[in-house]
Amino acid sequence: MIPQPAPVSPILGKLSLDALPLHEPIVVATFCGVAIGGIGLVAALTYFKLWGYLWKNWFTSVDHKKIGIMYMILGLVMFLRGFADALMMRLQQALAFNGSEGYLNAHHFDQVFTAHGVIMIFFVAMPFVTGLMNYIVPLQIGARDVSFPFLNNFSFWMTTGGAVLVMASLFVGEFAQTGWLAYPPLSGILYSPGVGVDYYLWALQVAGVGTTLSGINLIVTILKLRAPGMSLMKMPVFTWTSLCTNVLIVASFPVLTAALALLGLDRYAHTNFFTNDFGGSAMMYVNLIWIWGHPEVYILILPLFGVFSEVTSTFSGKKLFGYSSMVYATIVITILSYLVWLHHFFTMGSGASVNSFFGITTMVISIPTGAKIFNWLFTMYRGRIRFELPMMWTIAFMLTFAIGGMTGVMLAIPPADFVLHNSLFLIAHFHNVIIGGVLFGLFAAINFWWPKAFGFKLNEFWGKVSFWCWVPGFWLAFLPLYIMGLMGVTRRMRVFDDPSLQIFFVVAALGAALIAAGIGAMLVQFAVSIWKREELKDVTGDPWGGRTLEWATSSPPPEYNFAFTPVIHDLDAWYDMKSRGCERPLTGFKDIHMPSNTGAGVILAGISTLIGFALIWHIWWLVGVSFVALIGGAIFHTFNYNRDFDIPAETVAETEAARTRQLAGA
Amino acid sequence: MSTTTIPAADEPVRFYDFDEHPHPEGYSTMLGFWIYLMSDCLIFAILFACYAVLGGNFAGGPGPKDLFDLPLVALNTAMLLFSSITYGFAMLGMAKGNKTQVLIWLAITLVFGGCFLGIELYEFSELIHEGAGPWRSAFLSSFFTLVGTHGLHVTFGSIWLITLMVQVSRFGLTAANQRRLACLSLFWHFLDVIWIGVFTFVYLMGMLR
Repeated sequence: MIPQPAPVSPILGKLSLDALPLHEPIVVATFCGVAIGGIGLVAALTYFKLWGYLWKNWFTSVDHKKIGIMYMILGLVMFLRGFADALMMRLQQALAFNGSEGYLNAHHFDQVFTAHGVIMIFFVAMPFVTGLMNYIVPLQIGARDVSFPFLNNFSFWMTTGGAVLVMASLFVGEFAQTGWLAYPPLSGILYSPGVGVDYYLWALQVAGVGTTLSGINLIVTILKLRAPGMSLMKMPVFTWTSLCTNVLIVASFPVLTAALALLGLDRYAHTNFFTNDFGGSAMMYVNLIWIWGHPEVYILILPLFGVFSEVTSTFSGKKLFGYSSMVYATIVITILSYLVWLHHFFTMGSGASVNSFFGITTMVISIPTGAKIFNWLFTMYRGRIRFELPMMWTIAFMLTFAIGGMTGVMLAIPPADFVLHNSLFLIAHFHNVIIGGVLFGLFAAINFWWPKAFGFKLNEFWGKVSFWCWVPGFWLAFLPLYIMGLMGVTRRMRVFDDPSLQIFFVVAALGAALIAAGIGAMLVQFAVSIWKREELKDVTGDPWGGRTLEWATSSPPPEYNFAFTPVIHDLDAWYDMKSRGCERPLTGFKDIHMPSNTGAGVILAGISTLIGFALIWHIWWLVGVSFVALIGGAIFHTFNYNRDFDIPAETVAETEAARTRQLAGA
Repeated sequence: MSTTTIPAADEPVRFYDFDEHPHPEGYSTMLGFWIYLMSDCLIFAILFACYAVLGGNFAGGPGPKDLFDLPLVALNTAMLLFSSITYGFAMLGMAKGNKTQVLIWLAITLVFGGCFLGIELYEFSELIHEGAGPWRSAFLSSFFTLVGTHGLHVTFGSIWLITLMVQVSRFGLTAANQRRLACLSLFWHFLDVIWIGVFTFVYLMGMLR
């Protein structure tokens, strides 16, 4: 009953030179590229003596704004990796016809589609969303930082640690070949004896700790640190959706942690949770993973619903239509998201009654979502709409997402799902909502809040180029998948027999190329904007005529966010302040109490990542040593009782005087 | 023609809090720790659910009636419940500001916790010795994982308790230490509640299976 383990070295565990994928020319070339780029980056940082600056001002920072920006950078880097995987798949599937095997072998192709899913959800969408909430929420509620600033830094580095493990799997060993949710028994030790699934497990566990802690942190921040006068029903909609998202995180990520831990026990300790024999039940895993997985998709989309609300009302010059219905719709979605998980496996055979229940709850969830769409439309109705980039992305979202939602309702019908399950129709559907909802929302958010974070707007021309590549590119890439899905083509296929399908895959590949151009244009947009930052400069701190508190302070905001905590009288607090002629206070500054930076987060997360690596390769002595180091380090950190300092009133006065001069010059 | 004026609605509205006081240190800690405990509770919920689903799958191996030694488990339960009471006495000492009392009761709590862990390890080793290890069946997998996860929590709670004893004896009952004691108190009682679930659901009801 216990498979005999492969011989492992006491020093290096399963790690040996064979672990380097030297027989895969594509990986070797990638490695060379990454190595050259990495060496160049390290050399440049060393040459310009930036290490000290990065360590002191960024890596060890507990400032929610800097952590937010670091999350966004992590998301962007991983996005490029995940998109490279997507391009590889599109190319493979466009080529592998008429007897051609394409250019990827099965082992490699299976890793590519697994890594693409894992990276895009856990290391692109999650860091982007978390970074956005981290940056904006404290500003919107008039707070100086989050409730637990050290924990915030630690959470970020845990997420990064997970990303590092996934990236390491590309060059040392292999990644899982199981699909992004690693269903057993395929992911069990019998069918996946390599380290791929272990990379998957430990990367997600390390990152999951960070995600859960950051969820707790933001819930407490929103509940406890709102500025005086901001009752729950006076909170900006983005803060509301963030609150619901973080509730979902805290109430669902532990389920993921438990499910992956049990799978890990099956692999490491030969337990029988999800095995085929000795009483295990693989479907238990599928249930558990989707009890996390369905809330997860709402974790991703809800904050962006908040973004669209802020953008629509700002660029329509009106207050949001139906604020309270928006809040209640968000809460209803939050609750319903726990009652729909089984629609991911109607074909499991739970019977007609169970399938009907979950089919109906799934259809019901489209009602509050529809209410939101109508609220945005009514906000635009008779507004003075300004078609700036954030608004363009919002409109593209509404058109795209509505169709994605409708195909979702189609999939919610169990008999239809029996036909469409695991087909390319499903793939098209969830890319339709995740790209059309989450990514378009993120692009709206980046264009909207970039000037807040950096003090200058983004270049409009390149933004529009990116927009007009992305939106048609998306449709070109996924419309063929809808059609093929309806014809019954299944997902995750490496080669095809039916030559009549090739044209669809070629069109989809062209769509992916157009999206690649959109991504390129976006990178150019960032570069050009940074290059021409003096021309694009915004000194007012409120470049769009904003309505919520983050626009009340300077761009970028000072370390302490607000010299005096604002007092809130109305929804759209900043609009209220502007329209009632609120004067910016110029005197009477006091010391401001702030948390101090600490390197503990980087160090503890680094050790955790090392534990993960040692566990993946069965290097038991390293597991022991680094585990003791982790506990010791954590205890050592608790002996530090001095975690705060005061920004003296003179410094505050100087900072504020500089802003006064800047405003006068505007 | 109306000449009456509405009483001044334009009193100066205050838009900034000019004499704010920073939130006291640890202002949000208890809420944050409580939410963390609830997330931990969810992990246990999943383990309980696994036991509920897989707990009858003996795979031809031994079942609860063959394995569980109820008097031993009752003794173990008593250890943990007493440790919760003694932790309560430590908190009473903290409320009185009596450092010595706090340290003594924490030490007694630690002894009870240690006994609990010792008995649990003994039970586990007996089971494994009989060939009823976690790999034997899905029932035993879920049993060992649920009970073991609880035991792991008690282990970390004990390490935390020792750390806090050092910190209280070195730095006294400062506000920060009082907050930490209160957090550990929540954690310790939480583990007690989970254990009551384990004792009832796994051991007592297991005997009825």
